[in-house]
Amino acid sequence: MRSNNIRPPWHVLVAFIVPALIIYTVFMVYPLFDSMRLALYQQQADGSQVWVGLENFIRLFNDERTTDFDIRFINALLHTFIFFAIFMLVQNPMGLFLAGLLSIKGLRGAAVYRSILFVPTTMSIVIVGWIWTLMLNPLWGIVSDIVAGVGLESIIPKAGWLGDPNTALPVVTLVGVWQYIGMPMILFLASLIGIDDDLIEAAKVDGATGWDIFWRIKFPLVLPTAGVVAVLTFTANFVAFDNVFVMQGTQAGPSFATDILGTYFYRVTFGGASLLPNTSMGATIATMIFFIILIGVLFYLFILRPRLIRD
Amino acid sequence: MTQTKHKIIHTAPPKSLRDRIAGVIPYILLTGYSVVALFPMFLIVINSFKDRKELFRTPYQPPIWFTFEDGFQILNTFSAEGYERVFNQSPVLGYFANSIFITGVSLFFVLLLGTTVAYALNEYNFRGNRVLYVFMVVGVMIPLRLGTVSLIKLVTSLGIYDTHIALILVYIAKGLPVGLFILSEFMRQVPGELKDAARVDGANEYWILFALVIPLIRPALATVLVFQLIPIWNDLWFPLTLAPSEGVRTVTLGVSSFAGQYKQDWSALLAALTLAMLPVTGLYIVFSRQFIRGLTRGALK
Repeated sequence: MRSNNIRPPWHVLVAFIVPALIIYTVFMVYPLFDSMRLALYQQQADGSQVWVGLENFIRLFNDERTTDFDIRFINALLHTFIFFAIFMLVQNPMGLFLAGLLSIKGLRGAAVYRSILFVPTTMSIVIVGWIWTLMLNPLWGIVSDIVAGVGLESIIPKAGWLGDPNTALPVVTLVGVWQYIGMPMILFLASLIGIDDDLIEAAKVDGATGWDIFWRIKFPLVLPTAGVVAVLTFTANFVAFDNVFVMQGTQAGPSFATDILGTYFYRVTFGGASLLPNTSMGATIATMIFFIILIGVLFYLFILRPRLIRD
Repeated sequence: MTQTKHKIIHTAPPKSLRDRIAGVIPYILLTGYSVVALFPMFLIVINSFKDRKELFRTPYQPPIWFTFEDGFQILNTFSAEGYERVFNQSPVLGYFANSIFITGVSLFFVLLLGTTVAYALNEYNFRGNRVLYVFMVVGVMIPLRLGTVSLIKLVTSLGIYDTHIALILVYIAKGLPVGLFILSEFMRQVPGELKDAARVDGANEYWILFALVIPLIRPALATVLVFQLIPIWNDLWFPLTLAPSEGVRTVTLGVSSFAGQYKQDWSALLAALTLAMLPVTGLYIVFSRQFIRGLTRGALK
């Protein structure tokens, strides 16, 4: 364990700590706080910053100018919650289910299955996004072929999966689920493998079925992991940008149907088709996202986690 | 291995038909999902070796050179024209070189600086030790992209906007909290007696860290590598916002802009996607066991 009584020469401390501390402080801590500061100013055409207090934040909820920051922000916020809900309801239960299968005692080829199921998670969202954009394209019609193959032709949208405002957001989200399912799967698998075998054996001797064992023994024991997975999903979803950017572009079409906070933040900061770049409003949106994530993390730490870890 | 086999032979009672059927279900489900996970990649790779006409006509068929449909016939559906156009129209190899350089240098410094700081904070007792640890680890939870507006101003004022260095510094800063966290867990397991014995023999602190401790924590270094390699290689956000011009572009950003530009050229698009998929997915396939082990080890912490 820690020796703790060592008092090293000062140059050792400096050499070991200072380089990391400087890079971390300058390129991580400073930009995050400075962005929050910039949210309180409005950048002028000549580059100077004029103090506006909380006006930028007010504009996100009630914009009296023609820039419609309020409409777009609320729209993106709502979509981000839908995005998060789909991840929580589809990706995480499926990740747990797959982990449950992979953790079956004596399963042959478990390592091979595990490796295969993780392949999509190793790929860049740019590649995954384009692969699915092509497969969803009505010209090529791969996804439509499959959907028609299982007798669901009636649900194929005429404007294409990514062109119909009703299907675009769920479809883009499900592509994300397909890609990232490996993460919850591995996390759940790690905690399932850690469960004491004797516990399971004892339950079997008492006549418990596989179903009982899963719900009464394993499930309560993986709940803390479910909490970790939930908070990681939340954080990732509220800064997600790439999925929509690659598949639907910066305009997050059709008519902003797939706009989430990450894409809106990008469009405001760097400008879009008819939008001038506005770094002050960009910093404001980033600050709002920061506070939303902070609330989520605090909720997890102080309310959710104590309930998930019972003993 | 042999022990588990032994156990199965002796303890498994004869299985009823119902048990046997139940025993097959996991295999059916896992194989089914494996198809779901691999089919898109398979489709992209086989169609990248066809011309536009063929990839629309027979999307589910690998390229063929002959057929037996009507007796033996020469029927060539193989074409590498997509690849030719990718190499002619974009500096793909340059993108790869940029990605390898940026990822390699960033990872080297995440490991080096992460190790030195993790060692110092766990080994030495000095004022502010705990505070410093919490300060540097808290970054694990905070997505750096929220600081992008200020980061652009910062790298511009340092004169490194649109350079490899900007990306490398950002990835080091982003990787350090994760590195420090994982490495600290392992540092605490290195026995103190070993280090004390070396100190009694007159070894200095640099020697103890680099010659004694680092070889002992190699699995931890591998875990940190696994946690950082893929996110850095695959990152789109920072190349897009901090280093977008063609000369410094990474593969991930390069493919993104190539695909946007040549949307209509399906063969070239599929070829570009296949090329971009190759390095990390190939590396993963070769090292998948070590990789998953590293991830699981990190996940348990």
